[in-house]
Amino acid sequence: MKNVLIIGATSAIAHATARLYAQHGAQLYLIGRNKEKLDINASDLQVLGASSVFVDVVDLDDVSAHQGLIDRCINQLNSIDIALIAHGTLADQAEIQTSYEKTLEALTTNGLSYLSLLTRLANYFEPQRKGTIAVISSVAGDRGRQSNYIYGTAKAAVSTFTQGLRNRLAKSGVNVLTIKPGFVDTPMTADFDKSALWASPEKVGAEIFEAIKRGKDIIYTPFFWRYIMIVIKSIPEILFKKLNL
Amino acid sequence: MTKRKNLSWGRFNDVEVKIQSLNWRNQNLPISEEKQLPYGNGRSYGDSCLNDQGSMIDGKKLNRFISFDRQNGLLKVEAGVMLSDILALTVPNGWFLPATPGTKFVTVGGAIANDVHGKNHHVTGTFGCNITQFELLRSDGQRLLCSPTENKDYFSASIGGLGLTGMITWAELKLKRIQSPYIDCESIKYNSLNEFMSLSEESAAQYEYTVAWVDCLATGDQLGKGHFIRGNHTGSIITGKQPSLSQSNLSVPFSFPNGVLNGLTVNMFNTLYFNRQFARTKEFVSHYDPFFYPLDSILDWNRIYGSKGFFQYQCVVPKNDQAMREIMHSIADAKMGSFLTVLKEFGDVESPGMLSFPRKGMTFALDFPNQGPRTLALLERLDDIVKEAKGAVYPAKDARMSAESFQQYYPNWKAFSEYIDPHFSSSFWRRVTAPI
Repeated sequence: MKNVLIIGATSAIAHATARLYAQHGAQLYLIGRNKEKLDINASDLQVLGASSVFVDVVDLDDVSAHQGLIDRCINQLNSIDIALIAHGTLADQAEIQTSYEKTLEALTTNGLSYLSLLTRLANYFEPQRKGTIAVISSVAGDRGRQSNYIYGTAKAAVSTFTQGLRNRLAKSGVNVLTIKPGFVDTPMTADFDKSALWASPEKVGAEIFEAIKRGKDIIYTPFFWRYIMIVIKSIPEILFKKLNL
Repeated sequence: MTKRKNLSWGRFNDVEVKIQSLNWRNQNLPISEEKQLPYGNGRSYGDSCLNDQGSMIDGKKLNRFISFDRQNGLLKVEAGVMLSDILALTVPNGWFLPATPGTKFVTVGGAIANDVHGKNHHVTGTFGCNITQFELLRSDGQRLLCSPTENKDYFSASIGGLGLTGMITWAELKLKRIQSPYIDCESIKYNSLNEFMSLSEESAAQYEYTVAWVDCLATGDQLGKGHFIRGNHTGSIITGKQPSLSQSNLSVPFSFPNGVLNGLTVNMFNTLYFNRQFARTKEFVSHYDPFFYPLDSILDWNRIYGSKGFFQYQCVVPKNDQAMREIMHSIADAKMGSFLTVLKEFGDVESPGMLSFPRKGMTFALDFPNQGPRTLALLERLDDIVKEAKGAVYPAKDARMSAESFQQYYPNWKAFSEYIDPHFSSSFWRRVTAPI
């Protein structure tokens, strides 16, 4: 039986992943901003087979609350085998790009708060010498594009930070998984027109579950995003800057 | 508003709609200037799940379980949960759906809104007969808890209410105890309508599940011949060799050219199907999945009808063989054999639903490739027979019945319309309530 901490548990990807742990009888500790939504997800996980589910309401933008939430989780579960960090917002690029204050807010939610949580989780996992920290980054962090570069900047920081952390924690037998979803059909992206490139949260959740089990380092999900991003990263800047991406 | 194709299973109703969604059951309905209609998995065949020039509220993200009483078999779920999700959870715990249609890829909300039925209608009635309570969210933000004792009128208006009375956010259903996931089945080849009638009568008391597949091109003495299939849940857990469950999940990756299904191929299929079983009676054990959902293993099977799509026609007529004979004669005369024709006797368990389709009598389900005016003329002819016999046609499968026919089949439609949410509508409803 695994003890799993899910940060951002009301996100569709996180919940789809949590459901698979519930079906395997895990103990789950859910963190989110909204109590009612957390309770709705908690009863779903309970019915699906979780041995116990705890919810904890935290505003993750407040990094001073992070140590407390990790301590409460350890207190409740005794130990953590897997931590999944999955919270975030997809702020409208056009709306925030002219305001540094709004830019900083988006960077805090999608980037800085991750670095704070990762730092504290690393301090817990390193001496424990086992376990997995799985982190949602994004293909948006692989190259800056005009349509999404603020979110992309935050996720680039998350990707680079987790890369370094993986290198550090590998020595202690702790795995760090960087997850780069492509387009996922979640409430966060409800306003976009959907093409064949879009995947369901269930598919992405299943790939995350599998990647954690196999101790992978970096996954693109669905897998074909790896190849799309190879192409996107290989376009020379002199051409790239003229594209409308 | 965007143009959308194939939002319903018959694949020929194109619409221009706004897609909205409700992702959390504690939230209010999304705001829309246009009238709205809840949308589940789009398995209704015609336009009852569509709202052209309006908004469709995608409810499939409401897919969470709420509670499961494993002792008493009471399951509370959000309305976007699919029957397939329920089976995956409950079968290993010894519980089964009390009534199930021929596909497990429908949402609970859709199953209530169409008051679906299955092969055990003569025992447990419709899906709606087994619903203990649900919540109805109205466009003014009101939440009505509906049950046989509370808000009774909205309870019966919403069962079979085609999604028009408000959005069902969650529902509680009473499951059926089973000992194993297997069904003991018997398939009997019979040669006439009379033989069907006596098989149906003799089986009703001893078999939970009964249905017949009919060779609709047979005429004369052989009119109505086919295979009668009956079964019960296996009483004990099977040990040793387990019957195989084919998990092929084939998919039809593209639309067939129009006309692949024509009189000739339908004829060939029906002949082959009738003769696949040599002995008169064959007994076998089947996993529940191929028994209830033979077509679910071929995803997107509706594409075999080509880009013009197809019509389903399901009617119920009183149990006298005259209307049944006339229906079958008309089909044979028109030389428009239906690919799969299913015949079943409904029992007398009455549904609470005001607009429910199932009622005591004989029900036929037929599919026809869309061949334009020729097909429509045949279906009009069938409607005349059904009206004459005081039967009814199933809205969930309809894309063409006239307002006059509908209003005759469902004489309480005016009383029902009092319960429609003032901000809800559907393509179907506008069609069948148009002034005659």
